Amino acid sequence: MTEKETILKAEARDLSFYYGQAKALKNISLPLYDKKVTALIGPSGCGKSTFLRCFNRMHDLYPNNHYEGEIVLHPDNVNVLSDKVDPIEVRMRISMVFQKPNPFPKSIYENVAYGLRVRGINKKSILDEKVEEALTNAALWNEAKDRLQDLAFNLSGGQQQRLCIARALAIDPEIMLFDEPTSALDPIATASIEELMDELKSRFSILIVTHNMQQAARVSDYTAFLYLGELIEYNETKKIFTNPDRKETEDYITGRFG
Amino acid sequence: MNTPSNRLAYKPLRHIKERIIEAGLFLAAFMSVATTFAIVAILVYESIPLFKVVSLWTFLTDTQWTPLFDDAHYGIMPLVAGTMVTTAVALAVAIPMGTIIAIYLSEFASHKVRESIKPVLELLGAVPTVVYGYFALIFVTPLLQKLMPELSGFNMLSAGLVMGIMIVPYVSSVSEDAMRAVPMHIREGSYAMGSTRFQTATRVVVPGAFSGIAAAYILGISRAVGETMIVAVAAGMQPNFTLNPLEPAATISSYIVQVALGDLPHGSIGYQTIFAAGLTLMLMTLVFNVIGYWLSRKFREVY
Ligand SMILES: Nc1ncnc2c1ncn2[C@@H]1O[C@H](COP(=O)(O)OP(=O)(O)OP(=O)(O)O)[C@@H](O)[C@H]1O
Ligand SMILES: [Mg+2]
Repeated sequence: MTEKETILKAEARDLSFYYGQAKALKNISLPLYDKKVTALIGPSGCGKSTFLRCFNRMHDLYPNNHYEGEIVLHPDNVNVLSDKVDPIEVRMRISMVFQKPNPFPKSIYENVAYGLRVRGINKKSILDEKVEEALTNAALWNEAKDRLQDLAFNLSGGQQQRLCIARALAIDPEIMLFDEPTSALDPIATASIEELMDELKSRFSILIVTHNMQQAARVSDYTAFLYLGELIEYNETKKIFTNPDRKETEDYITGRFG
Repeated sequence: MNTPSNRLAYKPLRHIKERIIEAGLFLAAFMSVATTFAIVAILVYESIPLFKVVSLWTFLTDTQWTPLFDDAHYGIMPLVAGTMVTTAVALAVAIPMGTIIAIYLSEFASHKVRESIKPVLELLGAVPTVVYGYFALIFVTPLLQKLMPELSGFNMLSAGLVMGIMIVPYVSSVSEDAMRAVPMHIREGSYAMGSTRFQTATRVVVPGAFSGIAAAYILGISRAVGETMIVAVAAGMQPNFTLNPLEPAATISSYIVQVALGDLPHGSIGYQTIFAAGLTLMLMTLVFNVIGYWLSRKFREVY
């Protein structure tokens, strides 16, 4: 992994975010590379989810929030936080997997087809093909192919999370956001999702929040350490985990955080 | 004295207290069940004299209901038809309006707007039904007659429409509660896929709240089937075997008030008919409630 191979996909530039008056993110600048996994680590409440949710403008759903600074999406070179940008268009390109599996009250098939239907794609042959492809890529096809019309809630927690990944994959995103996607799962389901992530990064850029240091070390190429809304350190994962520049980072990684 | 040896000993007083509380709670629950059974028992018991004179078959198939005439007929169907038609008209108003209002309040309205609209809506349900009845008779019917000059002064359409307005708040408030109970993270999932508010509301929130919405509709139906004053005032009280809402008709409940307020002697066959009518009404409501229960079980949300 040398610098020459990496293509910039998006970058936060001096990004701050406010819940009402409370400044939850403080002037964060961070690149996101294409076909790479970037991990966000840091203690609870440091702003990892808040940062992640800026990328698909989830904060727009609630009143009184506001952004400062930019998140520039490449190759368009457009600030996705700008008022001139339609948040729905942003979400159509940057998809998200949540901490808690949140399938829709629909069949397995319709869950995966949802994003396509929302985009006005209703042709059965296209949907069939896309659903199979997405479920295959999410390593769920074998378990689900005989029960596509079952309600999604009947799946196990790990299967539901893979279904949510399939749902997010079906729309061919450019960036995929994961907010602690394995925190509600057992070690086996976690391992299968980590494995998946390794395959998925060949297609797009991934930003993942995790509390699990081993997970960050295993799946990511770059790691950012956040603390109290500030970006303390960002570097290649190998460097962060072997030889961090900042004392805070080292303390956190080694569990000596006070 | 709590010496170490007896600190784990059985404390009878505590358990007696528990028992007394339990008995009190059971009694409260038992009372409401007992009342329901008592009502059914009385309806059945008081209907028996009628069914000694009229066979159940005649009761269900005769197309005339004229128990107070010399040439008496005891066919419940005209009253059932009147009940069904007014209910259908009311639901044609209340279900779409109630659902749309619920979607608006739950998914679109800001907190401030919601908090100011809801009390006004609830007021609709608090208006005495007799007021609605006269509103239908002296305002809505003349208005409808401007469009349809042949419409009679008493008709089921006007009564049904106004009844629908009355039921809107029942449908909307229960549906809205059900929609707001859909967890936010499910909605976020939908928005994150790039859907609009309207798509999220109709494709995710409504299906997610389906059992609650079904319960709201059933509540609306029960309300409409049992509604008395509006139809008594505005639909006329002539039993009329028709499915045409433009005609006057009596419903089961309006027949019951008509007879109960009249001066028929107790024990006469005419008087006993109101119990048979009441029993029919109760069975109809029961059927709708069972359907509602079944629907909400079948489509129960599992989050
Ligand atoms: N909706 C909200 N309104 C106000 N403040 C919020 C809101 N959501 C989060 N915060 C605050 O913003 C800060 C960052 O929260 P955030 O959820 O981003 O933390 P996190 O790093 O994801 O934590 P965790 O690891 O526990 O998920 C916290 O101080 C939190 O209390
Ligand atoms: Mg978080």
